[in-house]
Amino acid sequence: MVGPVEGSGSSGPSYFSATEWLRGEGRSADVVMSSRVRLARNLAAHRFVPQADRQQRAQVLALCRRAIERVGPMMWVDVHNAPEYERQLLVERQLMSRQHARGKLAGGIGGPEEPRGLAVGLPDERLAIMVNEEDHLRVQVIRSGLALGEALAAADSVDDALERALEYAFSPRFGYLTACPTNVGTGARFSVMLHLPGLKLLSEIDKVRRAAEDMSLAVRGFFGEGSEAVGDLFQISNQTTLGKTEQVLLHEMESEIIPRVIDYERHARRVLVEKRKATSTDRVYRALGTLQNARLMSTEEAMELLSLVRLGVLTQLLPAADIKKINALFLFVQQAHLQHQSGKELTQHERRTARATLLRERLADVG
Amino acid sequence: MKCSECGEREATIHETVIINGKSIEKHLCEDCAAKAGLGGQGHLPMHELVATFVKSVAGSEGAGAALTCSVCGLTYARFKQTGLLGCASCYRTFEEKLGPLIERAHEGATHHVGKIPRGALERSRQGGPDRLETLLGSSKEREERLSALRRQLASAVAAEHYEQAASLRDEIRKLDELERGGA
Ligand SMILES: [Zn+2]
Ligand SMILES: [Zn+2]
Repeated sequence: MVGPVEGSGSSGPSYFSATEWLRGEGRSADVVMSSRVRLARNLAAHRFVPQADRQQRAQVLALCRRAIERVGPMMWVDVHNAPEYERQLLVERQLMSRQHARGKLAGGIGGPEEPRGLAVGLPDERLAIMVNEEDHLRVQVIRSGLALGEALAAADSVDDALERALEYAFSPRFGYLTACPTNVGTGARFSVMLHLPGLKLLSEIDKVRRAAEDMSLAVRGFFGEGSEAVGDLFQISNQTTLGKTEQVLLHEMESEIIPRVIDYERHARRVLVEKRKATSTDRVYRALGTLQNARLMSTEEAMELLSLVRLGVLTQLLPAADIKKINALFLFVQQAHLQHQSGKELTQHERRTARATLLRERLADVG
Repeated sequence: MKCSECGEREATIHETVIINGKSIEKHLCEDCAAKAGLGGQGHLPMHELVATFVKSVAGSEGAGAALTCSVCGLTYARFKQTGLLGCASCYRTFEEKLGPLIERAHEGATHHVGKIPRGALERSRQGGPDRLETLLGSSKEREERLSALRRQLASAVAAEHYEQAASLRDEIRKLDELERGGA
């Protein structure tokens, strides 16, 4: 069942609009697409999700939902009752994990019927709270650009509001207790999504890996499926959550590692423009030309080409264009969004046609 | 490419994770990735790490494998399979075994520093020092936490990371105030 939380008076999100993580605004937004903070929390007097039976999970779900309703205008989704396409839309919009859509935890625990929920902050989708994923609560706040501090402050106050109604599992030694012991302590995961086409073209992504290595941060392709880092979108996040305050972790990322990566990428883009101008110009125009003319298009090819067009616009190798519109296409070419746009389920072949058509239409006036 | 875990299905999830400076490449199918907690947003291959840690740190089958949490019924043997705990009490029941495991997963960290649930803190003030101990720990633990923070502060200053140093100073001040307010 999908619907607004009672009394909130708001309608659901528009799946035709772009989301916060693709707004493409804010500090260093030429390289940093978005910043995300996620807090893992569990209730003290209840079994953790992996060890709870269906009835116990339903009880926790109801308790958490009541606490969440006080936080602000939210849309509530009973994920176990939501149709497959809706779940996939929510995953594509980065509002919940693929694991939450499936309902399956590590070790094969759970299944699609297990009671679980998702609350989405309206109207901007900056806040999302998963209930009964691996932990009772996973509070996620996203901000466009490099804004981990803002995201943390927002997550922190939602956390306080929830805690007024709920008693958290907490120990002096291990901090916030989580189902998986690798999340204990602050239970806080910081991540930054980066667009690194310059480093990719110069084969210098290893520079980023080395920078992250120093601080034991993880570097991953943002869209995990298909191949490594589709669309040159990477994500850097902390691996450890115990022994460092939230503020220290935040500074390590936001003031030390991420600025270095931003410098590397900007330098790479300058090299492409100054030392390899003819090749680079040819590349971004070919990408645009393909997007404006192709009749069949896979998700991966679309993302690779959109990445080049975004690079071209930001480096002025291509004429000025609305960067927001290009960012939004990264989302609209995804399977569920494409089907939503068409208003029906599509076969793989139909999707490739619909994707190519969408791209031709949306990019007709670029270049 | 075939999945490196089951060797049957096609690998659709490819990830590189850097842990302790070592880069690990993973090529998994959807099912195996889900089992490893990989794939999807914001998920790190934690369960796999836990499984490895549990095997290497927690030692052989015999000792403690039969240990059971009296509150939720989870056995340590089951935890070794899934890497997931069953309730808050599991942390106390298995503390002796979890301690070294957690220390390794968190690069040597043994104690929490940072946020303490604010509502619980307020409520505990009314309950007196005994209640406060359930959030802040024994005086020995509190002292350990403060000295860990002071060490971090010293190295932040030495490395000229002034923003970090400032936030560490705030944290030490916050804990000092809690000590005085709670005693
Ligand atoms: Zn497999
Ligand atoms: Zn237990």
